[in-house]
Amino acid sequence: MHYLAQALFLLLLIVGFGFFIKNVKKLIRNIKLGRDIDRTDNPKARWKNMIRVALGQSKMVKRPIPAILHIFVYVGFIIINIEMLEIIIDGLFGTHRVFKFLGGGYDFLIGFFEILAFLVVFGVVVFWIRRNIIKLKRFNQPEMDGWPKKDANTIIYIETILMCFFLVMNAADYYLQSQGYSHYVLAGSFPVSNLISPIFNGLNLETVALIERICWWGHIIGVMFFMNYLYYSKHLHIFLAFPNTYYADLNPQGQFDNLESVTKEVQLMMDPNADPFAAPAEPQGEPEKFGAQDVMDLNWVQLLNAYSCTECGRCTSACPQNITGKALSPRKIMMSTRDRLEDVSKIMDANGGKFVDDGKTLLNDYITAEELWACNTCNACVEECPIEISPLSIIMDMRRYLVMEQSAAPVELNNMMQNIENNGAPWQYNQMDRLNWKDEN
Amino acid sequence: MSANLVVPTMAEMMARGEQPDVLFWVGCSGSFDDRAKRITKAFVKLLNKANVSFAVLGTEESCTGDPAKRAGNEFAFQMQAMMNIEVLNGYEIKKIVTACPHCFNTLKNEYPELGGKYEVVHHTQFLKSLLDEGKLRIEGGQFKGKRITYHDPCYLGRANQVYEAPRQLIEKLDAELVEMKRSRKNGLCCGAGGAQMFKEPEKGNKDVNVERTDDAMETQPDIIAAACPFCNTMLTDGVKFKEKEGEVKVLDVAELIANAEDL
Repeated sequence: MHYLAQALFLLLLIVGFGFFIKNVKKLIRNIKLGRDIDRTDNPKARWKNMIRVALGQSKMVKRPIPAILHIFVYVGFIIINIEMLEIIIDGLFGTHRVFKFLGGGYDFLIGFFEILAFLVVFGVVVFWIRRNIIKLKRFNQPEMDGWPKKDANTIIYIETILMCFFLVMNAADYYLQSQGYSHYVLAGSFPVSNLISPIFNGLNLETVALIERICWWGHIIGVMFFMNYLYYSKHLHIFLAFPNTYYADLNPQGQFDNLESVTKEVQLMMDPNADPFAAPAEPQGEPEKFGAQDVMDLNWVQLLNAYSCTECGRCTSACPQNITGKALSPRKIMMSTRDRLEDVSKIMDANGGKFVDDGKTLLNDYITAEELWACNTCNACVEECPIEISPLSIIMDMRRYLVMEQSAAPVELNNMMQNIENNGAPWQYNQMDRLNWKDEN
Repeated sequence: MSANLVVPTMAEMMARGEQPDVLFWVGCSGSFDDRAKRITKAFVKLLNKANVSFAVLGTEESCTGDPAKRAGNEFAFQMQAMMNIEVLNGYEIKKIVTACPHCFNTLKNEYPELGGKYEVVHHTQFLKSLLDEGKLRIEGGQFKGKRITYHDPCYLGRANQVYEAPRQLIEKLDAELVEMKRSRKNGLCCGAGGAQMFKEPEKGNKDVNVERTDDAMETQPDIIAAACPFCNTMLTDGVKFKEKEGEVKVLDVAELIANAEDL
């Protein structure tokens, strides 16, 4: 019987991790669909940024209430996972609470886990209330309709169930320990679950032991399920926040990249010695697109951004255009980018790893020109993001495509750009009049 | 009054074999927009008063390309940038001051990679350093007791982390500096950025400049201080929309100081 349980447990781990690894590989393949961009410079500053922003959650503190609740869930998640090590060893070798030899240290750890588990439950319950009872605006905007809202609640439910399994398992264990039942020897301290254990009064001990086992299995099965749910949910940030902040743009927010392909052409245009008929120095492949029409035209950091987004909506709640009722929502830019990337991924899976044109593109089918042209490039969204995602960089790359590949700017902007090209100012003034102000009254 | 302005151009200076300490980059707004020209003149008065050795490019100046870049036209931007860099490098410019945060950001952050490496400061930073060096004194007399709220331009604040210099200047005026609920890195855009200055807004339920003017009005200010010609225009329009132009003035930080000096 024991061996059967151990074999089942091993099978669970193999299936759980196997499926997880498969999805991680897919994730990496999809992110690599993006254009290359070098973000390996200045590793010291990058590590520092990651430790401060992802590990230290420095940008969360701006909104103190969710920051504290999030810390409960975040610390709970990381610390309680230490317990996973014991569960895996117990499961594989048929032991029970294998770390109990740690004595007082074990008591402390279990006690600490229990308090954290309680705080996690408290945190997610308040999160649920904020989303479903108080209905905070940022959780209830149009892009959250349907799956995103369901996804958010599902995560809350899974976390609650996991913690309940954990606490009831401990409560049953504690009860059995106090009754001296079978192999349930005294180990651990149970500051939270000892309050639950009275519910077992009057039950026969075999039933309580069964409940303990059900919770133990429920917990580990739940963990395996949750781990594999991540890829399909907004919850990937628990892993991706770290690479996302490491590879973040370290330049001042106002500094937009200068397109290298344009620089070459402009230099050629302006070089009086350039031979316009000269053959290109090296054979060139398909000419590079200016800007981004689809996810493959974005760089891989932007695609990583899309997978990292937790849809918290801080960006959108700070966006001047969204506040004033325009179609633009920076969060939706990230969600649409991920939706498109996932659709591309499915097409690739169905065609042996090759992308086949489906007649759709990120531009128009997922993100409209109206959204793109509303942007103030004010960086409020970038400043807000707790894990340093830049919706703005995607908006800019798509504007570039609209202007440089499609000449599809709003007519007023075309006039402005023509003026700059013709007379060196966004308005129709003669460059020779630039100093007239000096003598005007 | 403006007959007293001394505004040498780089060409004139070069002809005399002189090199100014700093180039004043006036920008398109500062050169052509009637409201912004007043800011330009106020700043020049302060430069003259502090005996700063400066020059302008005059007719050799051209748009930095910023609005084209934000609109997505990288070609127009880089053409402008390369032409400007040739002029600037030709005059061996080392330091640039400008009253426009958009020019400031572009010159400071986006020109170096294209070959234009200069020390670039915003006029509020420059005025602050004149103050620190004792070259400029600020008398606050006429602003005593006035409530002034300061609007952070996105391309000065969030984009380049310049929050304190303009505030320190305003505090010198003996005025009461009152902060809006959204300020510094949480500051709300005036609505002009990202080339929005040059087009009609998309369909929505409010204009961004009105939303921002509401923020300012909540502080019950006598003066809304700006540090960007575009923000100035947007907030002035916002105040007019609220029909408050009789009670609330929108002024650039340079204008505040020039007025205080009664220049």
